[in-house]
Amino acid sequence: MLTAVTSPKFLRAALPGASFAILLAAIFYVQPRAMSYFGLNLMLQYAVPIALATIAQMFIITVNDLDLSIGAFVGLTATIGATLVASTPLLGALALLAAIAAYGALGALVHWRNLPSIVVTLGMSFVWLGVAVLILPTPGGSAPGWVKAIMGLKTPWVPFPVVAALVIGIVVHVFLMMSSYGAVLRGAGGNPRAVSRAGWSLLKIKVIMYSAAGFFGVLSGLSLIGLTSAADAHIADRYTLYAIAGVILGGGEFVGGRVSPFGAVVGALTLTLTGSFLIFLKISPDWQIGAQGAVLIVVLALRALIKRREV
Amino acid sequence: MMPAIRRLSAKPWIWSYLGMTLVWLATTIHSGGTGGAQVLTAALSFATFTVIVGIGQMFVITTGPGNVDLSIPSTISLAGVVAMKVMEGSDDLLVVGLVIALACGLAVGIFNYLLIRILRIPPIIATLSSSFLVLSTAIAYGRGLKIKPPPLLADFTTAQVWGLPILALVVILFAMAMSVLLHRTLYGRSVMAIGQNMRAARLAGIRVERVRFLTYTLSAVLASLTGYLLAGFSGGASLNMGQEYLLASIAVVVIGGTSVAGGRANIPGIWGAAMFLFLLVTMLNTFGASAGIRLILTGVIIIAVITTAGGDEPQR
Amino acid sequence: MTESTRTIVALEKVAKHFGAVKALNGVDLRVEAGECLGLVGHNGAGKSTLMHVLAGTLTPSSGTMSVRGEDVTARYGVAGANAAGIRCVFQELSLCPNLTVAENARIFHPSLQGFGWKRRARALIGAKLDEIFPGHGISADDVVGDLSIGKRQMVEIARAFTISDAPLDLVILDEPTSSLDAFTARQLLDYVRKVVGGGMSCILITHLLREILDTSDRIVVMKDGAVVAAKKTEEFDRDSLVRAMGNVVEMTAIKVHEAHERQRGATPLVVEARSSDRDAVDLRAHRGEIIGLAGLAGHGQTAMLMKIFDAAGKHRGSTRVDGPVALVAGDRQTEGVFHLWSIAQNIGVRSLAGMRRHGLIDASAEAALGEEWKRRIGIKTPDMNNAILSLSGGNQQKALFARALASDAEIILMDDPMRGVDVGTKLEVYDLIRDEAEKGRTFLWYTTETDELKNCDHTYVFRDGVIVADIARADLSEEKILQCSFKESA
Repeated sequence: MLTAVTSPKFLRAALPGASFAILLAAIFYVQPRAMSYFGLNLMLQYAVPIALATIAQMFIITVNDLDLSIGAFVGLTATIGATLVASTPLLGALALLAAIAAYGALGALVHWRNLPSIVVTLGMSFVWLGVAVLILPTPGGSAPGWVKAIMGLKTPWVPFPVVAALVIGIVVHVFLMMSSYGAVLRGAGGNPRAVSRAGWSLLKIKVIMYSAAGFFGVLSGLSLIGLTSAADAHIADRYTLYAIAGVILGGGEFVGGRVSPFGAVVGALTLTLTGSFLIFLKISPDWQIGAQGAVLIVVLALRALIKRREV
Repeated sequence: MMPAIRRLSAKPWIWSYLGMTLVWLATTIHSGGTGGAQVLTAALSFATFTVIVGIGQMFVITTGPGNVDLSIPSTISLAGVVAMKVMEGSDDLLVVGLVIALACGLAVGIFNYLLIRILRIPPIIATLSSSFLVLSTAIAYGRGLKIKPPPLLADFTTAQVWGLPILALVVILFAMAMSVLLHRTLYGRSVMAIGQNMRAARLAGIRVERVRFLTYTLSAVLASLTGYLLAGFSGGASLNMGQEYLLASIAVVVIGGTSVAGGRANIPGIWGAAMFLFLLVTMLNTFGASAGIRLILTGVIIIAVITTAGGDEPQR
Repeated sequence: MTESTRTIVALEKVAKHFGAVKALNGVDLRVEAGECLGLVGHNGAGKSTLMHVLAGTLTPSSGTMSVRGEDVTARYGVAGANAAGIRCVFQELSLCPNLTVAENARIFHPSLQGFGWKRRARALIGAKLDEIFPGHGISADDVVGDLSIGKRQMVEIARAFTISDAPLDLVILDEPTSSLDAFTARQLLDYVRKVVGGGMSCILITHLLREILDTSDRIVVMKDGAVVAAKKTEEFDRDSLVRAMGNVVEMTAIKVHEAHERQRGATPLVVEARSSDRDAVDLRAHRGEIIGLAGLAGHGQTAMLMKIFDAAGKHRGSTRVDGPVALVAGDRQTEGVFHLWSIAQNIGVRSLAGMRRHGLIDASAEAALGEEWKRRIGIKTPDMNNAILSLSGGNQQKALFARALASDAEIILMDDPMRGVDVGTKLEVYDLIRDEAEKGRTFLWYTTETDELKNCDHTYVFRDGVIVADIARADLSEEKILQCSFKESA
């Protein structure tokens, strides 16, 4: 029994959850009042858009690519949400669909020309930002009422962000980890040659994964303006880094298609909590992203330790 | 004549210069032939900083797929902030400030490499996580900072002779030296060998880990140098002064004709690309294009360049 | 049943060329329903290429291919092979390491979808594992990457035998037992006999002659991209099989330099690698010797070379290497050439440190080195500044030899460098190696071609990661090496 618990495999799987639990315990220790419906709601409300962006990044990482534009993209969808969706819903919906389609096309381009995804998405981050600035040159706009209503839901017993995170995790888990085509999608990250030899189209897989990333990017942008009410093209610039960190914190591997939707969501929650923890410790918010970097490094160091034991 | 053209068009850096010239001509013609020289001067001034970080990024990218330094922007900010605070506007401390700025870069570079080597994590993640820490350090250290740079530094970074920025001239010489480093030294050759095939490089007796260490350190030190100079140029350090250089440093490397698959690098192209990017923005400004259009075109151009140039490289 | 339906697949005069290298040189092959065909031959005889042609992953350069009497040459491919009921277990594992065993089964069975697919996939692969390897200890929910290499191979094999909606008539097993222990290997071979008895066909490729002789109905022997013998298994025994695999092309051109024969130990010891295994032989090389490393591929020869490479100039534990080391890689594309560089740069890269003047590399010295070796090793090119990839494979390999020989290395390691190199080039390089050895350089030469060992003063035979025999040149024979390599554990 003990050997099962200390086996590298178990430790690796338990790492994301354990990091989150330890951080949460530390917060409750420092600030017992946080241990309430209201406290959790406040600490975790921004976890929803971050978790959605992390899921988007996870789809890209599954097929061994990396998306450096997701932050800018979330910013774009937030501006669309706060302007077009609010004023002319049909046009807004079309614009969001077009954005998802553009993401899918990006996947096709990366596969077709065998391009390094980081350079392509880097270029796209300019484009998303540019379009967002065109739509909304100065911060403003207002979120549609229904978006605000959803994000302000008062769920019984468990705060909304926790429920939302759980729902996101379940939905993506069913799609990517449980469906039969999900196995093929992940297989394309693990051994693309074998998957293509078995008769699957890698082009189609890339398009699907990039489109899925676009879809969750849209959700992230909408949920973000549900919290902030107004939008700004730069509102989510940091999400690119958050999303990568979230996937890695959640136990995802950088290459090889080893990802975990629940892990990614937990990673996003952990990242969000770090900020709250520092506030409760009365450490200046200056160190917020530094602490997130430190958490990332510590988790990676632990993982390296576990990996060393595996060999 | 024809063979000459063919030989030139085979040079990967020629396109960035061609683009630069076209954009400059369009700008000058649009403004009725006036101001062409001033635009070039401004382009030289601003491109200088992109070139310095671009060279560091180029060495990193040349060591092969997956190698990229994402900690450049935060290193720029940290070095700029720390140097300004140490010098406190005094010319006497000019050298001390420089040394300390470079030491910041050195520390970041060493830290990056240790993360890559000891934690065995991909360089992108390693430099990303360290950039979090570095930026936080800069924020904590430099909050509410409003210190003017030493007058001597400000003068040096903005001085001109016959319309040519002195700093740009210095950096042109520096780029030449870096070109020699790349093509004529054991280190430069090793970088290119590793970028083509890391295993073959190791088997050919190249000390791969030492070269990677030097490369990440060089990149961080050049970023810190940029932070120091940029703070002088723009009248003080700010916390987001490095922000735009993440994208810019990678963009100039790619547009300049360096292979993203590694192993092939190009320094003249970085100058061309940096000038091109600045002139493009200037042109769009003269045409009255909005900030959004400028950003979109920059992105589209980066993707167009990588699609035409990078596609047929073997991407391992 | 007519003749054409009895024959599952037939190849006629199939050839496959990779540039100048002829991997297959007009092969005729016929697989009947309900037979197990054993395929043997040395490394590079063309077995793997042939299997890739059958699996549809390679298209032959010429020749015809028919499935059940129907000519499919023009439209054969991976999908075609699948539709024809032909599957292949390749040497390089084709599982997705990030997926579970059941999910990997799903990748190969498009019909496993919809509600409850995972349960059906689990049942499908689990039942097949139970059938082939009773007591396998693998759960269908295990992630493949977490399994040992042996268990992964078991999953790979079991998956090839699973049937959903596509037919299955022929399974090609390429070295299926390479990572299996004796017990599971036995289980597999018994299963092969069982399915063959049921009317299915198998092609079995293995270096273990005992397995071939015990399991197959018919044996086809390949050599140099052609079939050299095809007879019923009863007509072969171990020795005759070894003889059939042996050389047909006489390498009489290798002149044995009697003068080079020398007493061991006349020169100082420069390389020593002691084994921790008491029964194993230690490796020793004296200055000026050419030492051969032989045995079946993948039995520890390359690992030994890497150990010596890493220990260059050091005394580290059991390994002692006196002097600088250079290595000639065998896998040119992944371990040897720098594809963006010129021929001269590829040769000079190992010697750059010595070409520096005031810290800068002297371009003229690099060019001069290139020209010198173009002359000495005979690289066929108009200009040494041409790209390395403009050369033929043999000339690329010469450039890699030149890289090592032009360096300051006193000890040269060679990792089966003559793979796919034409005979003319080989003979030139052999002469050069002997000349360099005369001058005091030491060579450690891993080769899968027994003829090359005639150049060596001593040959160490590897089996299962250790040296099992030390054969002096006078005693060297192909049969002796094969006997040592194949020595059964009994």
